[in-house]
Amino acid sequence: MLLIHCPYCEEDRPELEFRNAGEAHIARPENIAEISDEEFAQFFFIRSNPKGLIYERWRHIHGCARFFNAVRDSVSDKFLMTYKAGEKRPAVKAGEKA
Amino acid sequence: MADASRAHPLAGRKVANSAVTLTPAEPAARLSLRARPDGIAALSKALGVKLPAAPKTSATSKSGARVALWLGPDEWLVIDTGGGDPAADCAKATALHSAVDISHRNTAIMVEGKGAEATLSAGCPQDLSRAVFPVGACSRTILGKIEVVVWRTGETAFRVECWRSFSTYAFDFLEEAARDAAIAA
Amino acid sequence: MTAAFRTTAAGRLKGAKPVSFSFDGASYQALEGDTLASALLANGVHLMGRSFKYHRPRGVLSAGAEEPNALVGIHRDAARKTPNVRATVQEVYDGLTAVSQNRWPSLAFDVGAVNDIASPMFSAGFYYKTFMWPKAAWKSIYEPTIRASAGLGVAPDRPDPDHYASRYAHCDVLVLGGGAAGLSAALAAAETGVRVIVADEQPAVGGALRFETGSAIDGAAGWDWAQATAARLAAMDNVRVLTRTTAFGYYAQNMVGLVERVSDHLADPGHDLPRERLWQVRAKRVILATGAIERHMVFDGNDKPGVMLASAARTYLNHFGVLVGKTIGVFTASDSAYAAAIDLKQAGAAIAAIVDLRDNPAGALIDRARALGIEILSGRTVVRASGNLRVASMTVRATSGGPERTIPVDALLMSAGWTPSVHLFSQSRGKVAFDTATRRFLPGDYAQDCVSVGACNGTDTLADTVKEAIAAGEKAAKAAGAGKAAALKLKAETSESWAGGMVGAAPGAGPDTSGKAFVDFQNDVTAKDIRLAVREGMRSIEHVKRFTTNGMATDQGKTSNIHGLAIAAEALGKEMPEVGLTTFRAPYTPVTFGALIGHAKGRLFDPTRRTAFHAQEEKLGAVFEDVGQWKRAWYYPRAGEDMHAAVNRECATVRKAAGIFDASTLGKIEVVGPDAAKFMELMYTNPWEKLEPGRCRYGIMLREDGFIYDDGVVGRLAADRFHVTTTTGGAARVMNHMEDYLQTEFPHLDVWLTSISEQWAVIAVQGPKSRDIIAPLVEGIDMSDAAMPHMSVREARICGAPTRLFRMSFTGERGFEINVPADYAAAVWDAVWAQGQKHGACAYGTEAMHVLRAEKGYIIVGQDTDGTVTPQDAGLDWAVGKKKTDFVGIRGLKRPDLVAKGRKQLVGLRTKDPKVVLEEGAQIVADPKQPIPMKMLGHVTSSYWSENCGRGIALGLVAGGFERMGQTLYVPMPDKVIEVEVVGQVFFDEKGERLHG
Repeated sequence: MLLIHCPYCEEDRPELEFRNAGEAHIARPENIAEISDEEFAQFFFIRSNPKGLIYERWRHIHGCARFFNAVRDSVSDKFLMTYKAGEKRPAVKAGEKA
Repeated sequence: MADASRAHPLAGRKVANSAVTLTPAEPAARLSLRARPDGIAALSKALGVKLPAAPKTSATSKSGARVALWLGPDEWLVIDTGGGDPAADCAKATALHSAVDISHRNTAIMVEGKGAEATLSAGCPQDLSRAVFPVGACSRTILGKIEVVVWRTGETAFRVECWRSFSTYAFDFLEEAARDAAIAA
Repeated sequence: MTAAFRTTAAGRLKGAKPVSFSFDGASYQALEGDTLASALLANGVHLMGRSFKYHRPRGVLSAGAEEPNALVGIHRDAARKTPNVRATVQEVYDGLTAVSQNRWPSLAFDVGAVNDIASPMFSAGFYYKTFMWPKAAWKSIYEPTIRASAGLGVAPDRPDPDHYASRYAHCDVLVLGGGAAGLSAALAAAETGVRVIVADEQPAVGGALRFETGSAIDGAAGWDWAQATAARLAAMDNVRVLTRTTAFGYYAQNMVGLVERVSDHLADPGHDLPRERLWQVRAKRVILATGAIERHMVFDGNDKPGVMLASAARTYLNHFGVLVGKTIGVFTASDSAYAAAIDLKQAGAAIAAIVDLRDNPAGALIDRARALGIEILSGRTVVRASGNLRVASMTVRATSGGPERTIPVDALLMSAGWTPSVHLFSQSRGKVAFDTATRRFLPGDYAQDCVSVGACNGTDTLADTVKEAIAAGEKAAKAAGAGKAAALKLKAETSESWAGGMVGAAPGAGPDTSGKAFVDFQNDVTAKDIRLAVREGMRSIEHVKRFTTNGMATDQGKTSNIHGLAIAAEALGKEMPEVGLTTFRAPYTPVTFGALIGHAKGRLFDPTRRTAFHAQEEKLGAVFEDVGQWKRAWYYPRAGEDMHAAVNRECATVRKAAGIFDASTLGKIEVVGPDAAKFMELMYTNPWEKLEPGRCRYGIMLREDGFIYDDGVVGRLAADRFHVTTTTGGAARVMNHMEDYLQTEFPHLDVWLTSISEQWAVIAVQGPKSRDIIAPLVEGIDMSDAAMPHMSVREARICGAPTRLFRMSFTGERGFEINVPADYAAAVWDAVWAQGQKHGACAYGTEAMHVLRAEKGYIIVGQDTDGTVTPQDAGLDWAVGKKKTDFVGIRGLKRPDLVAKGRKQLVGLRTKDPKVVLEEGAQIVADPKQPIPMKMLGHVTSSYWSENCGRGIALGLVAGGFERMGQTLYVPMPDKVIEVEVVGQVFFDEKGERLHG
């Protein structure tokens, strides 16, 4: 069981309190009703699924209930950092502990 | 219909062994309170409790009958055990907020005794030692297979809040755990 | 009577209480503190089991957790039968009943042993090559037969009556292993005041000090020091000492799984003690002090009962006071076996000879053995051990060859040296490194905050071990935040030596030899099998392992892996690291399912959720059905009624008079804030801004892809407050879905969501008499049709309790849903029920609810929709706000495949024969005579007998369904084809007049 640092609770908490919520930094287009089929497909269906650094959303669903973002290494499973929803995507290099 | 007629979902349940007692908490008034930072002062005044801003902390009113538990950055669980009406008190505040009555959604179990911490540790993955989870600390978390709110009310006392229909599971779980807590501290 | 091989010359069980136990029906005496293995050996019993494949007689190899041979069944009672218990681990209690396994008809005479004679047939890979044809026979004949004859014990056939406890624990320093290294480290850490947990798998701490009588720490004999240290640690507030506790798994971020065996060693555990306790420990730092495991020698006949590890024989003597034989041979390449020979000689056994592979063994232990008159045959090898059910002789020759000499023995001790136990280190994802000088794998790169000390780190001498352990304990404590430094100093002295060692087959068991030189005892893998695997083309140890099954038994190759690797490397002409080491995986030793499940069985298997009306429903005789975790009243049979009759009556009564239904399980969310309507506009397809307070609307929620996600009636309580209902199954995910959008896409909106599913219990009262029933109970509002029309909501009081009273219907009748705070629910139900009795109402369950809604064509999300159905497909286009510029799913609905022709659409299906009720899930075709596979047009989603319509009714998803109105389609069933007509979705009161009447 992983420990995950909740940026709102400011503490490492057991993974059981959290739920993964998919890839981060995919914003819903503000003019979504007008976008093309191609744009919709990119927004809704296509995910990067990288090997290595992955930006993903988590929810501290059984804790403070906040959604937040995390940078994780999909090879080692290790979290590099977590940050609040709405904050800018941080630049992190693989193997770097932010 | 007066509050006296509230039917407790755990009526009649009680566990006591050499290390821990489990008691269904008395019916209480509860509020799920949501507000932004700029509303905290006004709501604190209306409620008579300074809404805590730090994670995992709680604050109690002067009388001790009302407590506000920090559950999230804009969320508090207000519990009033003194017959007060926190919803009505909040309604007086003009600050932007959401106050929803959840008096009956939750019920609570008091876990008390030298084995209280061990009892909860049977199913709660958080570190509940006094250094990390001191008196007054509170958190929404997991107990076995359900979500609960744990509030440490004393050195060896916790209040465990859960949703009504999960209270049988919670009590059953704590009963099993209490049995083991009497064997291994 | 003292058992024949119990000696007074050594051992720590002197004065222990005698107990009796049985093995295969024979009664024996033991002492409290014995393991089953030591007790049997004390009675001269070496034959304890039969091997997996060849059914060869086997005795004990070891005295610990690594035991591959002596697996037995322990039978406490009819329900408590544990198979595959290592006799070396099971402690004896008075009345213990053990049985041998994998033999028939008896352990001494086993018919299956014919496999041993026929063994040339059964070489590695035999099964893969032989049982290939016919393919079908594998499942029906080959596998069952092979499994029955090759195998382990029999699983119990009754529910496990024991209970198991679990505990999460947190500490600064977790020490795994309670030998000299572990205890030194734990003490050093504990003295700084940090939280320490130390775990050891044995009943008492001590590790190798259990048999190493030549060691002293702090001026006390090693064993005594260990016990005193454990007591000292246990007395400290910041320390927890766990014995009989195995660290079985090392997981991410220093989470370690421990199983504590609480009562398996007790004659009468009583009711309260759990059998085992699972500890899930999260540690800031972990210190691995897991020691080392002695390797056996690989030579012909090394599996005969009586042939065992030298350290095992020494343990049986020095701890249990048991002589493993009277005339004992020793075959070694390591100094440590000399200490065993010396101890046994001094306890009165004859040492036939020490056969040492080394040409010139030298050192204090060798000198002492020589001084005691023990014959040392250096530069020699044992080519064979002989004997039937027990070893009778060893045959010795020079390592280089030459004449053989046979020496009679009744026990043969072996030591090929010591393998550091890097299992947990490896599980932590640390990388082992090969030490060329000593030919062993040692901890290399660490992946987690842990450190290895002592024998598992390749530190061989006691003084170095203690020094290293103290330093590690202090460092770990400091890293974990210790406030003060410890200044622990321990003086360690020893006459023990672990020098020497070898890996691979002994000379005499080389490639050109015959005979069975076992590498892996538990899976019956010999040196020859490994070589065969290489000849067959296996190049990596991972392939060799799978081809031969070397190391794949429940002992995970604790004694065999290194030998197997060395033999494979030699056959390949490579160095060991080039062939690779297999990965160690959790669990270190087998873990019971019970321990992993812990409290989660019986009533705690899964939460059972009951509504606030449950007792009332039980009183009315309800039969309940499981809906997720909920128990819901399904139907209420009266005397003489079956389900069908009860449901028919309930359905008819609702339409004739009224019915009372528990709708509490529906999800409810209170949406509060000035932007509540704006948020609702985004979450639902419907328009909400103009919905007046006091009115309700049926809402549809989509996912972004345009498919129906949930539905429910929403009441607007105030300009800034909505009471949203969801499906029962959707309650949690809808809340999550809404929170997700609110927090991450629309955080600018001033609105909050609160689950109120359990705040409000809900009684639906439906039917023409519904208002008459509840009106007398409701205070403060006008319930007339004009004042409170269909789809309205009022806050009022009922029976003195607050209520949110909805006028709404899921039956097509005039109806109300009474929301009351849950603690008042039972009292309100009783009052409503009493009123209902005056008007001929009945209680109805979920089955009648389903029928009634189907009569009206109301969909159930998840039954009539399956995640690929749009509002248009379901005939709910009217609920999509056409003027809206945004809502979740607005763009998805315009996807080309969602607007294409021929989509499956929800229609009514009327069977030509009104008596026929279709099967839900049945497929629908246009032409039943077409060849198979037929072209399917869709399927039946809902189907019931409708007493109110006097016929079977059904809904189905049919390709192009709306354009097929009036068409005849077919539902092919195994025994017949059913003709159906495509009709509209509504079967009863098509105009919907009853809602308002």
